[in-house]
Amino acid sequence: MSSYSITEPSSRQKWVAGTLVIAYAVITLLPLVWILTTGFKSPVDAIAYPPKVLFEPSLEGYVNLFTTRTRVTAEQLEALPPPASWYEQIVRNRDMVIAGPSRYGERFLNSVIIGFGSTFLSVFLGTLAAYAFSRFKVPMKDDLLFFILSTRMMPPIAVAIPIFLMFRTLGLSDTHLGMILLYTAVNISLAVWLLKGFIDEIPREYEEAALIDGYTRFQAFYKVVLPQAATGIASTAIFCLIFSWNEYAFAVLLTSGTAQTAPPFIPTIIGVGGQDWPAVAAGATLFLVPVMVFTILLRKHLLRGITFGAVRK
Amino acid sequence: MAEIVIRNLRKEFGDFTAVQSSSFKIEDGEFFMLLGPSGCGKTTTLRMIAGLELPTSGEIYIDGEEVGQRPARKRDIAFVFQMFALYPHMNVRRNISYPLVSQGMPKQQVAEKVDEVSRILGIGDILDRPVSGLSGGDRQRVALGRAIVRDPKAFMMDEPLGALDAEFREHMAEELRALHDRMNATTVYVTHDQLEAMQMGDKIVVMNHGVIEQFGTPRDIYDKPATMFVADFIGSPSMNFLRFHGQVHAGSNTVVVHHEELEVPRLQEPFEGDLVYGIRPEHISLSDGGTYRGEVIASEYLGTTQIVTLNTGNGELKARIPSDQPVRAGENVGLEFHGAAVTLFDNQTGRALRSELNEGVLSHV
Repeated sequence: MSSYSITEPSSRQKWVAGTLVIAYAVITLLPLVWILTTGFKSPVDAIAYPPKVLFEPSLEGYVNLFTTRTRVTAEQLEALPPPASWYEQIVRNRDMVIAGPSRYGERFLNSVIIGFGSTFLSVFLGTLAAYAFSRFKVPMKDDLLFFILSTRMMPPIAVAIPIFLMFRTLGLSDTHLGMILLYTAVNISLAVWLLKGFIDEIPREYEEAALIDGYTRFQAFYKVVLPQAATGIASTAIFCLIFSWNEYAFAVLLTSGTAQTAPPFIPTIIGVGGQDWPAVAAGATLFLVPVMVFTILLRKHLLRGITFGAVRK
Repeated sequence: MAEIVIRNLRKEFGDFTAVQSSSFKIEDGEFFMLLGPSGCGKTTTLRMIAGLELPTSGEIYIDGEEVGQRPARKRDIAFVFQMFALYPHMNVRRNISYPLVSQGMPKQQVAEKVDEVSRILGIGDILDRPVSGLSGGDRQRVALGRAIVRDPKAFMMDEPLGALDAEFREHMAEELRALHDRMNATTVYVTHDQLEAMQMGDKIVVMNHGVIEQFGTPRDIYDKPATMFVADFIGSPSMNFLRFHGQVHAGSNTVVVHHEELEVPRLQEPFEGDLVYGIRPEHISLSDGGTYRGEVIASEYLGTTQIVTLNTGNGELKARIPSDQPVRAGENVGLEFHGAAVTLFDNQTGRALRSELNEGVLSHV
């Protein structure tokens, strides 16, 4: 090809752009790779200096993550029957025995309940509110929307003390419900604003056509608007989940036992039996999985296109 | 099918009055046009009949039943939107069957109805296609299919041809009119295109600023405009207005415009003040004998006729004359007005004076 196009980038531009993208990817992915590999290192390799890039993989970090262990003397160890499983063997190699399961599983489950619960609630309420703001004459609409947005104008943690007192009075401290409500309150402004933008873009004629075709307002919303808003709902859900999944400060402050999520729990692993970095890294690695899976599952909804062309613009 | 009666219908949006007390009647089976410039309230009126807007006051009777405050789904009417508004997440078949599904019609019957409608509209081969890939005309047909599939009491159409290419619009207009004649369905059709309204409508309502200016058959509206707005809005080029100050008596059939005595239909009311002599371009002819004279500025050749622009003592005039009649720019020619087709207007209010021409068609008297 001898001619060049003003809209198509040249191969040189593509090369530069590609290099930049790869460099950026390497920089952002490196810490993740480091955490992933540390999870499979032995405690000695994990703190080796200079750091080891090649190492003998071990599942010790994962075993330690899910168990509590007690140190025993050599005589006691010898008196025990042979280990019944591969993970018991790993623990015994360190002169220890498994005392019981750790709390990681529970904390992880708490994160799932609270993260997905608040995401569902934020998106559910946000969609209804956004639809109302988009379609109906709401008195003082602009003021209300600004008020909703203004809840995000300071860092949420700035109101930690009032919230702490409020939760204590209401008996919401260290409860799943309390954390779901709290994260929903933080996420809802984002959800309303994002979704309002998406719903504003859906032509009213679709609902009006459904109203004429014999459907109620709610049916029109449910059967015509919601499928159109799927893209917006999916991306809003991802944002909400990422926030409530990763939230640390409120979780430290307001949960300690029954409702503690994984983020405040993972650092406490360090204190049990020395600085167990592989176990921490293993906890962090597993913690990343649900958000990744969720994002990948919803990714296809992020692709626009099904609505294109049905209405002439 | 049903007749629709609108009585004192009014719609306000805050301080803005979109439609001021309107009353008219749409006969059963009529193809009824709501015509006017954008922002005149025609679409709001249509949406009120359909139930997409609730009137501030006034009544709407569909088939003798007052439905003014009822939701759209309880009015049994169909609506064709300008932008078609086909459900984008459904294919053609589901789009058409959607109004039937809401009634809980059995599947077998739905399938039969959809087949029947697709035969009428000639869209049988695209039933399983997604709507996003369709051409404008096919979308329009699908939108029509969705409207006719459930045999509603009436059809509402909001500029349904507005989104089509000019070439295709003509064809679709014919198709629409043929469909109407075949189904004999009461149809209320909104348009800003006067040609479309004249071509397709049985009756036309001309609206401006939320007020009904005139209501009648296309012929009455064209030949006997009730107001200067209607006279100006309908017809291309529009009616010529010769402004003059004078006095007319009931029973007289001439007026004096700039010392020239011109014929008018016999007047039925006296008037004194600023008047307007309204004459359509085709009612002016060029003749050497004419005492009212003008200078030719330009002529536009249109095939069978030509439009000649003339400068006269009362301003610019346009005359439509046969194209084989020679005219030269700069020429001073005599003009003859076909007096029987003239309408006199009160320049202040814009309303037509009653005469033997427009007797019985003026609503404001």
